[in-house]
Amino acid sequence: MATETVRPARVRRRGGPVRTSEGRRAEARLAFRLLIPTGIVLVVIIAYPVVRAIWLSLYSDARFGTSEFVGFRNYIRAFTGTGSDTFWPAFWFTTLLTLVTMAFELVIGFGMALIMNRAFAGRGLVRASVLVPWAIPTAVSAQLWLWNFNPNGVVNAIFHTNVIWTGSHWPSFWAITIADVWKTAPFIALLVLAGLQIIPSEIYEAAKVDGATAVQSFWRITLPLVKSAVIVAVLFRMLDVLRIFDLPFIMTNGANQTETLSTLAYKASIQDVHPSYGSTLSTITFFYIVIAAFVVNLVARADVVKSASRG
Amino acid sequence: MAVTTAPTRPAVRARPASRVTGFIRARAWLLLGVAFIVVYCLAPFYWMVASSLKANPLLDQALYPKHPTLLNFREVFSGDNNFQYALRNSVIIAGSVTILALLIGVFASYALARLQFRGKKLVLGAVLATAMFPLIALLTPLFQLFSNLGLIDTYPPMIVSDISFTLPLAIYVLTTFFSEMPWELEMAAKVDGATPGQAFRRVIIPLAAPGVFTSAIIVFIAAWNEFLIAYTMTQTLKAQPVTVAIAKFTGVSRFEQPFGTIMAAGVLVTIPLVILVLFFQRRIVAGLTAGGVKG
Repeated sequence: MATETVRPARVRRRGGPVRTSEGRRAEARLAFRLLIPTGIVLVVIIAYPVVRAIWLSLYSDARFGTSEFVGFRNYIRAFTGTGSDTFWPAFWFTTLLTLVTMAFELVIGFGMALIMNRAFAGRGLVRASVLVPWAIPTAVSAQLWLWNFNPNGVVNAIFHTNVIWTGSHWPSFWAITIADVWKTAPFIALLVLAGLQIIPSEIYEAAKVDGATAVQSFWRITLPLVKSAVIVAVLFRMLDVLRIFDLPFIMTNGANQTETLSTLAYKASIQDVHPSYGSTLSTITFFYIVIAAFVVNLVARADVVKSASRG
Repeated sequence: MAVTTAPTRPAVRARPASRVTGFIRARAWLLLGVAFIVVYCLAPFYWMVASSLKANPLLDQALYPKHPTLLNFREVFSGDNNFQYALRNSVIIAGSVTILALLIGVFASYALARLQFRGKKLVLGAVLATAMFPLIALLTPLFQLFSNLGLIDTYPPMIVSDISFTLPLAIYVLTTFFSEMPWELEMAAKVDGATPGQAFRRVIIPLAAPGVFTSAIIVFIAAWNEFLIAYTMTQTLKAQPVTVAIAKFTGVSRFEQPFGTIMAAGVLVTIPLVILVLFFQRRIVAGLTAGGVKG
């Protein structure tokens, strides 16, 4: 293909890679050619729709075939206008869901990683079982948990309760939270485990020789050294939950104020055929996620700088 | 966790006997922890399998199916549900997405992992940033585009849209694998007079095959599991993939869902993925996490 036409090898002498400026230019040229298809694809199916959605959000939804430029009126409608009594509940529900699921996932995932890091027997079994929730399609796990949370389902049977889980707000919140935590805590465990495994064991041995307790080792060695892996995991998960769609859509379909930003935008755009207002909601979601990622990144970096200057 | 209970603090005072019991106790805790992980991950999956084998799971909460039956599985393929079409659609969609994403991604990843050029960090950053895009932000324009083209309820809208998140994923995983490969062999080939193109085909591709295969599995699973785009772009059995079919397995009212049948369909959809995961667990874990550690 494109690679065949580039022949920078001629300028190289035998016996070693001499980076002449021409060789470097040829390398850059090859890189450019290899990146062209990706560039085209990213522009056509990501950049174009994002820009187009922002564009759409500045227009009114067509009635009788005409839509006109309305500036930020759609945004005002969502924030303070007629849309605010569906937008803000969805905004807070999504935010709370993100915070609560992340807290549970971090604690459970971290615990799992610590266990997996020490387990010698059954390592393959543990690793394989941890991948099972990850591999199950969310649409399937949503139905599975809907079944578990059925009034006649296994959750009520185990706890001898009689809750109609998807029948009111908070039980629905917890049902969605548990379904999400089940599926993604193992993924956090894998990310944290990868971080744990690159900590050299000599550090622990040295600490032990110096008389450090296991608890001290955990706080002073494990936690600081695994921090960057944890931050990456937090970032991944946060971006994922802020755009959560499959679980709430299938489990509650937004009933009892369990609409998330994504389900709300979907319904406005596709079900109500209000593409402009729907695009407004999805653009707000998009910028919310960008800002959240930016803030987490900032906090994480400040923290790293702080600990670096301290020690 | 387990270690905190072991009496390791006063190293001087620890007598052999207490050290042994401490060791055993730590091992017991560890075993308990391992058991917890396995149960946590597999119990819901087990319950899905068990429910799918019961004739009437709503009335039968026994821990295991006492009279296992394949009734639900037959119902999955019956005239009401026609799940075989959904399976066919999913195989075609996820397969096409995997091939396309890898075909495009492999070139980009080679450039990113191997070649020196200005703006490399920018490209890598852009690719990673697109991976975090909420699909919902792309959905409306893509839906409008494909309905204007009259392509709703056909495969192309889903295949093209799925590339938006599988291509960044493929590039991310492939770049990780590529940067860990023994590239000295490429240099050796070049010393022997091979062009970069030849080195790429004759040396790199065979070396890269395992990494590419793992990326293919990860991308395939991501495409197989996609729901939002498929739900938007399809209307009938003609193009609906399994995720949409399962979500729509509702009866007449939302309160009378055929859970046994839904669980059976869920088992059918998940088993191939679980088998893939069992066989390639080590590689998949490496592919999913290696990039994360480096930040």
